[in-house]
Amino acid sequence: MDSPKRVVASSPDRTGASTLSTDGTPYVQANHLSIGYSREVVVGDISFELRQGQAVALIGTNGSGKSTLLKTIVGLLPLLGGQLSVFGRRPGNNPRKISYLNQFHASGFILPLRAVDVVRMGRFPLHGLWGRMDRQDDEIVLSAMRSMGIEKLADYPLRSLSGGQQQRTYLAQVLAHQADLLVLDEPAAGLDAGGRELYLQAIDNELRRGASVVVATHDIQEEAALCHQVLLLARRVVAIGTPQQVLRPDALLETFGIVVSDDKRLHVIEAKHGHNDGHWLSDQKKQGL
Amino acid sequence: MNVLVTPFSSNSFMLHALIAGVLVSIACAIVGTFVILRGLAFIGDALAHGVLPGIAVAILVGFPGIIGAAIGAAFMIGGITTITQRSRLSSDTAIGLLFVGMLSLGVVIISRSNSFSGDLTRILFGEILGIGIPAILIQLIATIIIAVIAVICARPFLLLSFDREQAEVAGFSVRLYHNIMLLMIAATVVVSFQTVGTLLVFGLLIAPAGAGALLARRIEAMMAWAMLFGVLSMYSGLLISYHFGLATGAAIVLVAVAIFFVVFIVQNIRHRHLVQTQELRHG
Repeated sequence: MDSPKRVVASSPDRTGASTLSTDGTPYVQANHLSIGYSREVVVGDISFELRQGQAVALIGTNGSGKSTLLKTIVGLLPLLGGQLSVFGRRPGNNPRKISYLNQFHASGFILPLRAVDVVRMGRFPLHGLWGRMDRQDDEIVLSAMRSMGIEKLADYPLRSLSGGQQQRTYLAQVLAHQADLLVLDEPAAGLDAGGRELYLQAIDNELRRGASVVVATHDIQEEAALCHQVLLLARRVVAIGTPQQVLRPDALLETFGIVVSDDKRLHVIEAKHGHNDGHWLSDQKKQGL
Repeated sequence: MNVLVTPFSSNSFMLHALIAGVLVSIACAIVGTFVILRGLAFIGDALAHGVLPGIAVAILVGFPGIIGAAIGAAFMIGGITTITQRSRLSSDTAIGLLFVGMLSLGVVIISRSNSFSGDLTRILFGEILGIGIPAILIQLIATIIIAVIAVICARPFLLLSFDREQAEVAGFSVRLYHNIMLLMIAATVVVSFQTVGTLLVFGLLIAPAGAGALLARRIEAMMAWAMLFGVLSMYSGLLISYHFGLATGAAIVLVAVAIFFVVFIVQNIRHRHLVQTQELRHG
């Protein structure tokens, strides 16, 4: 695939290139979706819709199913039930439109790569095996690094960077893709205050550009508040709705309390959820989410 | 000066050995780089030794060893792939068993041959001083093919080394490119065993690339260092074995491993020095 000069965000759709279509099809649509590993369901009955320019935050403790849902959306894990369409297709068929930030990067230590090489990889999905990277790509890479405040580290070896600087590099890689859908697994992990601010700003810019975001996070104050929807997960969908509806002290206490492996307490919380769920879900229906 | 050049200019077998050695070094540098970056050293080792029964059978029935090696490698790749996909144990365990199993099978088969120890030594340590023009041509073609594949697959290989999942999401099939890498390792082992033997080709696969990994900031540079160190090991190994009458294959690999450890130690000293300076600077 050779790539003549193009404005990536609005290029013609040849092989699923970024188009940021505004025809109203949801970018992500889940209907009674079941997710999990090797046929073992981690979370069942997930239904939500993500439209252009919107963001959804997944909130829950470790093991609550956040990463599993993200991996299912990007096509790394098969669906275990229900339906999931991403850009109207089965997951895993839109490499040019989706950028994914993994939680772990195992090889960061041995790879002889400069920070800029890592960020450039964000352009690979758009160019495939053959497509030439031109000056425009370089500019996009540079501007992505600038927006994460690491343009001065471009020539530094990745392994010489601190954990936070590496995380900024990975985020810059995601931004350099200029994808339609950003799928981020705990992107703010390890960032310092300055990094967090830059990251939140960058996400805001991506949303303004018309991209959509799915983000797994622990940050209910800023990151989740920036999102249009919040999905509370505790190996099941505890609640879904706007941040105002869902991010209430009692709900959060229950979400994060539910994984305490104390049978008695679990039982009490489950019962309470049973009551509250209906309330939240009807709220959500009213909102037309 | 004569000591350094004459052995090659006045003995055609030494010149052939050097040419073959340089080609092996180039192939090993390219493939070894990915072996190290992807942490495939153990699979590489298993492949290098697992070809033994194939070569043994070929020798017994009077076929060229390289064909037997190719069949052995194909069997190993099939085995390793199946194990990696199916095994609920860590795949190291199963690959390790496959590896010693094939090695033993090879030795058992060779023990049927008339010149048991001669054949075994030849297979394990190579016969670089007996390399003819046809073997050099095969090596040349294999090296060119490996280089071309590395260029074509540069992006997926890089992504795969960086993060498997990221590669998959970016639209590059992890399974496809992983298998291409295995085939490249196998091809290198198969065509190089005549030069340095199945036991030692693994050393050339990882020692120069390992030293390169310590020095380089970019993958291209790592490959270039690996080629340089590989060629240097070939040249000095041949020279040392010529002047002191030592086993050639082993001398070559010994130099390669020595280079790795020299680089390793120098880098560690430099790093410690650097950290100390930084600590002083930052208080």
